[in-house]
Amino acid sequence: MGGGAQSEAYLLELEGIRKSFPGVLALDGVSLRLRPASVHALMGENGAGKSTLMNILAGILQPDAGTIRLHGRAVTIESPRAALSMGIAMIHQELSLMPDLSVAENIWLGREPTRSFGLAVDHARMRRSTGDLLERLRIPLAADARAGDLDIANRQLLEIARALSLDSSILIMDEPTSALTERETERLFELIAGLRAGGTGVIYITHKMHEVSRVADEVSVLRDGRHVATHAAQELNGDDLIREMVGRELSERFPKQNVPRETVALEVRDLSLRGEFTNVSFRLRQGEILGVVGMVGAGRTALAETLFGLRPPTSGEIVIDGRACSIDSPHAAMRAGLALLTEDRKDSGCFESLSVLENMTMACLTTRYARCGWVRAARAAEDCRRLTESLHVKTPTVTEQMGRLSGGNQQKVLIARWLLTNPRILILDEPTRGVDVGAKADIHRLISRLAAEGMAVMMISSEMAEILGISDRILVMQAGRVSGLLERSESDPETIMRLASA
Amino acid sequence: MMAAGSPDARQPRRPVPESGILMVLVGIALLFEVLGWVIQHQSFLLNVDRLLIIVLQVSIVGLLALGVTQVIITAGIDLSLGSVLALAAMVAASLAQGADSYHPVYPALADLPWIVPLLAGVAVGLAAGLINGALVALTGIPPFIATLGMMVTARGLARAYAGGQPISLLTDRFTWIGGGAKPVVIFLAAAVVLHLALRHTRYGKFTYAIGSNPRAARVSGIRVGRHLIVVYGVSGLLAGLAGVVTAARAASGQAGMGLGYELDAIAATVIGGASLTGGVGRIGGTVIGTVILGVITSGFTFLGVDAYYQDIVKGVIIVAAVAVDMRRQRRSGKA
Repeated sequence: MGGGAQSEAYLLELEGIRKSFPGVLALDGVSLRLRPASVHALMGENGAGKSTLMNILAGILQPDAGTIRLHGRAVTIESPRAALSMGIAMIHQELSLMPDLSVAENIWLGREPTRSFGLAVDHARMRRSTGDLLERLRIPLAADARAGDLDIANRQLLEIARALSLDSSILIMDEPTSALTERETERLFELIAGLRAGGTGVIYITHKMHEVSRVADEVSVLRDGRHVATHAAQELNGDDLIREMVGRELSERFPKQNVPRETVALEVRDLSLRGEFTNVSFRLRQGEILGVVGMVGAGRTALAETLFGLRPPTSGEIVIDGRACSIDSPHAAMRAGLALLTEDRKDSGCFESLSVLENMTMACLTTRYARCGWVRAARAAEDCRRLTESLHVKTPTVTEQMGRLSGGNQQKVLIARWLLTNPRILILDEPTRGVDVGAKADIHRLISRLAAEGMAVMMISSEMAEILGISDRILVMQAGRVSGLLERSESDPETIMRLASA
Repeated sequence: MMAAGSPDARQPRRPVPESGILMVLVGIALLFEVLGWVIQHQSFLLNVDRLLIIVLQVSIVGLLALGVTQVIITAGIDLSLGSVLALAAMVAASLAQGADSYHPVYPALADLPWIVPLLAGVAVGLAAGLINGALVALTGIPPFIATLGMMVTARGLARAYAGGQPISLLTDRFTWIGGGAKPVVIFLAAAVVLHLALRHTRYGKFTYAIGSNPRAARVSGIRVGRHLIVVYGVSGLLAGLAGVVTAARAASGQAGMGLGYELDAIAATVIGGASLTGGVGRIGGTVIGTVILGVITSGFTFLGVDAYYQDIVKGVIIVAAVAVDMRRQRRSGKA
């Protein structure tokens, strides 16, 4: 960035982009300009139109109206392939890797180096160039590793490496840090800085305020398919930005209402799962929010899955309301009063081809709505409508297909699914990942309220602000062991980071 | 304050999902009507006997299609249905022989009440289906392979059962089950029951959930393995019922019965809008898909077209139905 910004040609100009889907105007005349050698952050609530706009840029969708100028020339991007050939690469929020192929094969998919007159893939050369690329990007992945064996964070890094291998002049990143730890995020930012120095223009979609001030030169805000404002990143004010995104004030970002009670709801004694975690012990009281932090791979998700009966523990004891329980299936866990909101919404949460109503009521059909197996549809629809309203789920009807909702709204539906089961112990694994600011505040408020009503809540999160904001106590895990259990009063980011990375 | 976002059930209703495939049925029928006047100089549709026969000849395949529809909704497949039908037909026939039989299979069990062979045939189908389900749910063998194994095994059992001989001379009480339009009544009654089960019961909701996302189904507390065993069991049960009706109608049991019927049943299901990737499919669509197959067969016979050409057209229609379905899914999937 510098003084000559006025005369400087834009790398990319979008003007008056419109796109409608049946029943929704997703983009209503959006304009956006990207300078070379700069990072342009794009913010907005889920459903604001960010992903649609980026899908248009990546050639996945075609705009109904508007012009796209690349290096000053009007272009039509008719396919993802065309986008790539124009130097526009996109890192998708939903990962798009081939799980059965290796890291190297994933990176060079569709453009493998060949030998023998193009008849055979030159595996040696492919491995070598992969090694060079990963080395240059300082991404610690083995070229031969199978993509499906990588955890989410490493898959994300692989996705980034693939996009960067294209030598693109424009790189679109859609929430690239949602699965990364702080350290990996830091490395990504260094990478971005390096790319910017080399002249690349980066469009960076994020929900995280601090990331914007950290990496972006400019920030644009979309709301309900319209462009609201563009700021230079230095003159950024967090509260203004939130107001622009949401269109209303967020009075309290982390409302805290609950007071833990004395009764222990869940006690875990020396619980172990081979290869994941060892001798984990803690107590969770009624009305308490226990935050669980740790790096990716610390065993947090495995712990949640074990408590919920998805994976049998190797040893140890789970005591609920004073009675030792053997929980060997989610079915048994639910009967014991547990609920688990899983980490990966798409993989193990949503029934995308079914309706919002069916998604919300699936876990409690037996206990709530079925009489001799017959589903009392009117009652279910009534409860569903009540919850969609009280949780502010944006959906045209309760019969809308789940796959058509935005991430934040899907998450609310899944939370509602568990609330309908009347759990006494609620386990949340990354409840606000990939969720927009407004929905996030809604979810935090809801968690606090549930705890205030006496529910015991265990919340796994990678977001420090969230953990510090609403937890009563914080359990820190490091390499499969509990490395600390902090009271609210004694927790601060430095202590937590030290315990998590020890 | 959330007036705009407040969901309301009384929205303008979307068209019934079956309306598209119903139009296809009407179109095909009208095409035959026109061709009928041009070529045969008579009406195709204005003939009550023909309309009855159309449904009658697809009722058996229809019963199999109902069962396989729910299996396909779970993202599975059942290839064993035709063979299970044959085995059930053999067992039912062997228990339905009259005292005057020439070579009775069980000489001591002649002239049993008609309910015995009926229940025996259905039970054989149910057992085969439960085995299919257990293989799929407990061993993790892909449904295609598990039911392929059952397809070959059940056909072998059907042949071995009476030493390769057909079983004939069944009691009148038993053959009454397959007489007249009763197969149609049985088929439609089964369709109504299954439709209600899939749309309005916990059984149905769980079936769709498992097909849509098996991991999410498990996390939601659904005992996926147990449910799959029941789904395949019901599919087998309907094949058993189809076997009983077939034996009653033919007044005999033959090991070659139902050969290839499972493919017609799957075709009818797919034409009716079910997706092989699971989570999508409706009994109404399957019934219409079944009738479409019947209309094509009957229409070509009416026009005097060779059976070989019928199969060619059937094949094209199956592929076209899936192609249309994929396009529809792509349009609705990405928003």
